[in-house]
Amino acid sequence: MPNNSKVQPPKAPLWARLTKHQIIIPIAALLALALFNLIADPSFFKITLNETSNGNKVLSGNIISIIDSGSELAILALGMTLVTAASGGQDISVGAAIAISGSVMLRVLCGSDSHSATLQAPIIVALLIACLVSMAFGAFNGALVAFFKIQPMVATLILFTAGRSIAAWINNNELPIVNDESFGYFGNYIPGIPIPTPFLIAIVCFIVTWLFMKFTSISLYVQSVGVNEKTSRLNGLNPEFIKLMTYVLLGLCVAIAAFIKVSRISTINYSVIAKDIEMDAILAVALGGNALSGGKFSMSSSVLGAYVIQFLTTTLYKFEVKATALPAYKAVVVILLVVLSAPTVREKLARLGKKLKKSKPAGQAA
Amino acid sequence: MKMKKILAVLSTAALCTAMFAACGDASSSSGSAASGGGSASGGKIKVGIINNDPNESGYRTANDKDLKEAFSEANGYDATFAYSMKNDEQIAAAQKMIQDEVDYLLISAADTAGWDSVLKDAQAADVKVILFDRTIDASEDLYEASIVSDMDKEGQTAVEWLKGQNLDSYKVIHIQGVMGSAAQKGRSQALTDAAAADSGKWEIVAEQTGEWNAEKAQQIVQSVIDSNKEFNVIYAENDDMAKGAVAALDKAGISHGVGKDVIVMGFDCNGWALKELLDQNWNYDGQCNPFQSSYIKDVIDKLEKGEKLEQKKIIMDEKGFDATTITQEDVDKYGI
Repeated sequence: MPNNSKVQPPKAPLWARLTKHQIIIPIAALLALALFNLIADPSFFKITLNETSNGNKVLSGNIISIIDSGSELAILALGMTLVTAASGGQDISVGAAIAISGSVMLRVLCGSDSHSATLQAPIIVALLIACLVSMAFGAFNGALVAFFKIQPMVATLILFTAGRSIAAWINNNELPIVNDESFGYFGNYIPGIPIPTPFLIAIVCFIVTWLFMKFTSISLYVQSVGVNEKTSRLNGLNPEFIKLMTYVLLGLCVAIAAFIKVSRISTINYSVIAKDIEMDAILAVALGGNALSGGKFSMSSSVLGAYVIQFLTTTLYKFEVKATALPAYKAVVVILLVVLSAPTVREKLARLGKKLKKSKPAGQAA
Repeated sequence: MKMKKILAVLSTAALCTAMFAACGDASSSSGSAASGGGSASGGKIKVGIINNDPNESGYRTANDKDLKEAFSEANGYDATFAYSMKNDEQIAAAQKMIQDEVDYLLISAADTAGWDSVLKDAQAADVKVILFDRTIDASEDLYEASIVSDMDKEGQTAVEWLKGQNLDSYKVIHIQGVMGSAAQKGRSQALTDAAAADSGKWEIVAEQTGEWNAEKAQQIVQSVIDSNKEFNVIYAENDDMAKGAVAALDKAGISHGVGKDVIVMGFDCNGWALKELLDQNWNYDGQCNPFQSSYIKDVIDKLEKGEKLEQKKIIMDEKGFDATTITQEDVDKYGI
């Protein structure tokens, strides 16, 4: 992303300069949640070194749980941001697609016997095949959006409805269980490393994405397609291809998230795995202050947005909110955050800040 | 340009049909074979079975398999299957089956309301209706029998078992199913009652919905562990959530199972869950009986002979398994 702050006159008020940055909203939300927990119960932040039942020494505590459980969502948020920016719409089939690629992975690992004691194929092979399948489904979605100009939400509705049935069909309606211990490492802990593996995988994904963005002009292309398809075509870009590519990349993110999900419990349940995660992923993008209608985007804001959602969930669990009231509490916080992070509101806030700053020196001069 | 567009539309259409054909295959391949025999139904009992999507859960898969095996052509039935998790689609399927003049209509309704008019049509066409697995809000005159699980009883059996463990104190993490579902209500009620009745001894440390999801259950238990609360019982309302809870215990190095620190309880009797019991990693698993076909067959036999049923509501026997007494035979017989 080009550095906007340099263009600003150096004397621009701090308030206005801050609100210009998209990332400020998820950071502020994160700080607010952290502050709330700090006041309510400082032990929330305690991190201890525990021993698991296989004798591993691992870190544990609420913060660790957050970075652990929020990782799949953060990885999905990467792809969802790209899709949103390029096509001005969202993919609502990611939950179902996770079921599909998880199912493919287990199918490869377990072979025809759903309860086989040993792995029938190396884990890396299963992961690669799942990636390919997931990217193919992403390409299917992308083709509908890019070439047939179908509204992204409608195009992905097809997989959203059919995906979980396809996932079940891949494994003949059985629920395979992986009995090999090493498969569980990727959703839990690798022996000898005290940090949860999902978080490590997520960090690798962030770094790869960052490098990809830095050394290619992809982010510029995606933005220009999102801002105005016609002008970007006139400038020699191929908008269809770029849209298609973002969906394929989201497919890759889906496969990695699915890998973590099935590894966590070494099995799959087609109807509930990653349920409603598409909504959380879209929410992460919105919380990151990205315009859901496409155009400019910030990946890091979306990723932070994803962790904010997980932070909120963990906080609600911690304070034992009644199960029936849980969605309502979540909704209130989400409404607040989304309204504050909406680009129009941010603009207004920035203008308000400028006005305040201007009126003050004027008053002093008189 | 035009040619290209037409080609493009055609290819999408082809893709879509291929996709839906694939899904259709998954759920009804063995069913359609039976329905093809409609023309040759000499002396066979014609049954229409309306069920929820077999992919919904392991329970439903076992239920569907059981019905398909029981109402096979070899057993003298001519069965047609229809699957949907939507009430209106189920009702449409029922109407079609009535028009096809089935003798019996077996229904596991997606929703309790809206069935009155179809059932009246069935009565007018002399089609006998048997409800299984789920009840509906309609007059009892409109159906012959309803074969159901008693979720309240499942919960009570489990809580009675827990009381029988004679712990000094019960500190329970209660992981609920999707709020408002029949299974959640029944299984939760028993525990809530027990805790209220003896509040000196019983304490619900945490109560939260895991929405039948292993991972959510894992997060809930993790958050209890992170806040350093003491507990000695995990009461999860299905096997998946019990599995998630156990994953969190393993992560924190807390021992669980027979004679260990934490008692683990689950429901539904999945094959793999019963194996956990056999290995003494879990303590209790309550059955939710998906094998309804034998009960349905009984009813049909009686009706065919012209006998009267003693009562319309038939409650199935359901067991609770204890890790100390379970055998390999139980695992093979009752595991789903």
